[in-house]
Amino acid sequence: MYQYDRYDQQMVDARVADFRDQVRRRLDGKLTEDQFKPLRLMNGLYLQLHAYMLRVAVPYGTLSAAQMHMLGTIADKYDRGYGHFTTRQNIQYNWIRLEDAPDILSELSTVEMHAIQTSGNCIRNISADHFAGAAADEVADPRPYAELMRQWSSFHPEFSYLPRKFKIAVIASETDRAAMRLHDIGIRIHKNDAGELGAAFYVGGGMGRTPMISHLVREWVPLDRLITYAEACLRVYNRYGRRDNKYKARIKILLHEIGAEDYAAQVDAEYQHLLDQGVEPPFAELERIRTFFADPSFVQGLSDGVDQSDQAFAAWVQQNTHLHRMHGYTSATISLKPVGGIPGDATAAQIHLMADLAKEFSFDECRVTHAQNIVLPHVEQRRLYELWQRLDAAGLATANLDNIGDIIACPGLDYCSLANARAIPLAQKISQRFADNGKEAVIGELKLKISGCINACGHHHAGHIGILGVDRKGRENYQLLLGGSEGADTSLGKITGPGFDEDGVVDAIEKTTELYLAQRQEGERFLDTYRRIGMEPFKEVLYG
Amino acid sequence: MKILTGNDLKSGAVVWWDGRNWSLHVEDACDVGEDAAMIAAREDAERRVVVPYAIEATVDADGRIRPAHIKDRIRALGPTVRTDLTLRPADPEAGTWVI
Amino acid sequence: MAEPISGTDSEARELDDVQFRFRNDEMVDHPAVTVDAFVGQTNASAVRIEPGDDARDLLLHLDRIALVEVNFPSFGDGRGYSAARILREAGYAGELRAVGDVLIDQLSHMRRCGFDSFAPAVRLDATDAERAFATWPDVYQAAVDGRAPIWTLRHGGRDGGGNG
Repeated sequence: MYQYDRYDQQMVDARVADFRDQVRRRLDGKLTEDQFKPLRLMNGLYLQLHAYMLRVAVPYGTLSAAQMHMLGTIADKYDRGYGHFTTRQNIQYNWIRLEDAPDILSELSTVEMHAIQTSGNCIRNISADHFAGAAADEVADPRPYAELMRQWSSFHPEFSYLPRKFKIAVIASETDRAAMRLHDIGIRIHKNDAGELGAAFYVGGGMGRTPMISHLVREWVPLDRLITYAEACLRVYNRYGRRDNKYKARIKILLHEIGAEDYAAQVDAEYQHLLDQGVEPPFAELERIRTFFADPSFVQGLSDGVDQSDQAFAAWVQQNTHLHRMHGYTSATISLKPVGGIPGDATAAQIHLMADLAKEFSFDECRVTHAQNIVLPHVEQRRLYELWQRLDAAGLATANLDNIGDIIACPGLDYCSLANARAIPLAQKISQRFADNGKEAVIGELKLKISGCINACGHHHAGHIGILGVDRKGRENYQLLLGGSEGADTSLGKITGPGFDEDGVVDAIEKTTELYLAQRQEGERFLDTYRRIGMEPFKEVLYG
Repeated sequence: MKILTGNDLKSGAVVWWDGRNWSLHVEDACDVGEDAAMIAAREDAERRVVVPYAIEATVDADGRIRPAHIKDRIRALGPTVRTDLTLRPADPEAGTWVI
Repeated sequence: MAEPISGTDSEARELDDVQFRFRNDEMVDHPAVTVDAFVGQTNASAVRIEPGDDARDLLLHLDRIALVEVNFPSFGDGRGYSAARILREAGYAGELRAVGDVLIDQLSHMRRCGFDSFAPAVRLDATDAERAFATWPDVYQAAVDGRAPIWTLRHGGRDGGGNG
């Protein structure tokens, strides 16, 4: 994985010193809260319901064991012994003191980590396919391009006060595992007929209160023009994105209002102009970055196959492992969704254990997924049973990946000052209900996503079943959505009808799944059945 | 009654105006009546609190102050899903007080 | 690069309250006009860009401009950064002044986008500002301040580059 050189280290160190100075000026009264807020946000520091919250960047979701250990250490030393992995492959801590924040950033910098641009109206941490470098279906590892963009976007002088936040995801396979089409810019690295790599730019996707699927703005950007094209995309947005209404300020609204073609034409004109301005890095830089993502020393000539005579192990293998491009290897997902647990939360002890396992079983590497789980990308199949036993002993072997218990949930009103309703208790009740009734495995793949407000951090628009928490006359109320997907077949969920209270929505989901089980045809997932039979039969069982 | 709340600037902890100081406990909150804006502006300027705001609250049958909105009840208690981290870790009923 | 003019002396504030200036030429002594007014007349040499203005409207007239003021009514509105870069990329070499809600923590980015004078609505702490201008020992991206980005330094740029 990527390692800092002295320049990268110097930049992060400079940022720590800069933030320390900003905190000092805030505490000295030289900065008002209004002035300080965007500065702390650009360092990932929010003021939430109970305390400050610090969001630490995990660039393209990749972590070394040492970095993962540091996340555990910070949880113990500065927080209350746990952290929360987020839907943008980051981690956040809920109980941070402003006075401690510079010291935390300083500790993070010792393992090449930071909280830069994890919030604010700037280019956020770049996300990527969590199986990058391991998946059998990718044409290249997308992370070198994400790293190049990380550097380009860090402290960008022109794009630090955009109309609104800006999220970029990079993938390099047909299958989209990063919700790429729901980002402000989604980049898909692909091959042309001549076997060369290039980048397709999709612009204007997003969730929030106005969910939109992105438009293909340019099919082919040469790899030695990536930064120039991205710069053009951002400049057009910075100049023309709306600033009169924060709810209409995302780039998706700009594309919606002027049309994707007009936007593409303006970007093209800006791109032609910028080609002469020398903003593109030397191609040697991309090659330098690529060397850090070279294959680890895989054992060659291993055969595929795992002894699955232990039933519990077999269930986990079938559910939580993913096809690796090397024979004899697999990518294993550690579910952070125990039955009745808090989605995405991990204790310091669990974080340290996962760090150890990354070191012992996966070439010193692990990944955070946008579904709030952890991946060990390169595990030898012949050692899988040993890995599973270690996970099982720590309560980390829940075999529910992509099933109804593998719920994405935002922190909701338990932690978040923007939320209108709690999301976590609902996730807990649903996963408990389907564990108790034994239906989870029977139902199979069903991606359930819960947001506690319209900002959609819990990706409810993209859930096969989505839940949106709202405030209804001072009471928590939950709207149900069906038919969303963030995969290759990206679609947005539709609201079923009137909302439910907390227990009501759990019942509603059970009814929904019962209808699916009654109606499904051979091989159909919940989403397939929904797409075939439509919303009406579901409305009938819910409200009829 | 009208009570004043905010977060401590340095620690971020939820605090309530008790008439002379900022308390961690909502039970200590006093009725600020018409003085909310004046106190908030003064305390904000003195950097003893960050983003102070006034809320409606009632006094329940047990004499406890109860913020009118669920968000402020959760702020007063702590996360309902981690009662071990709330101000009433030993009280199994703490979570239901919020609802 | 010229040193910024001294900020403590009240006499130094006569010309549009400029607190920091990285140029040695004479300051323009007449007020800036709006973009519309400027494009429609020929005798003004100072123009003021508001956030909604298109800096490219000025490109045909660059040879007669000595001062462009870019107004930041609110520091969170970042359109002025693009306006500044567009002018510099087009070869504008006159004074480029950031005015309005110009604060300490935006100075380094403004400098990178080509601003060479600063007239904050509220006077800035000189020590904090000096530190702010020097925030970044190196920079990741190319802008219009002539600094070689890190990726150029790494690959045979003027600093020799390489891992250290």
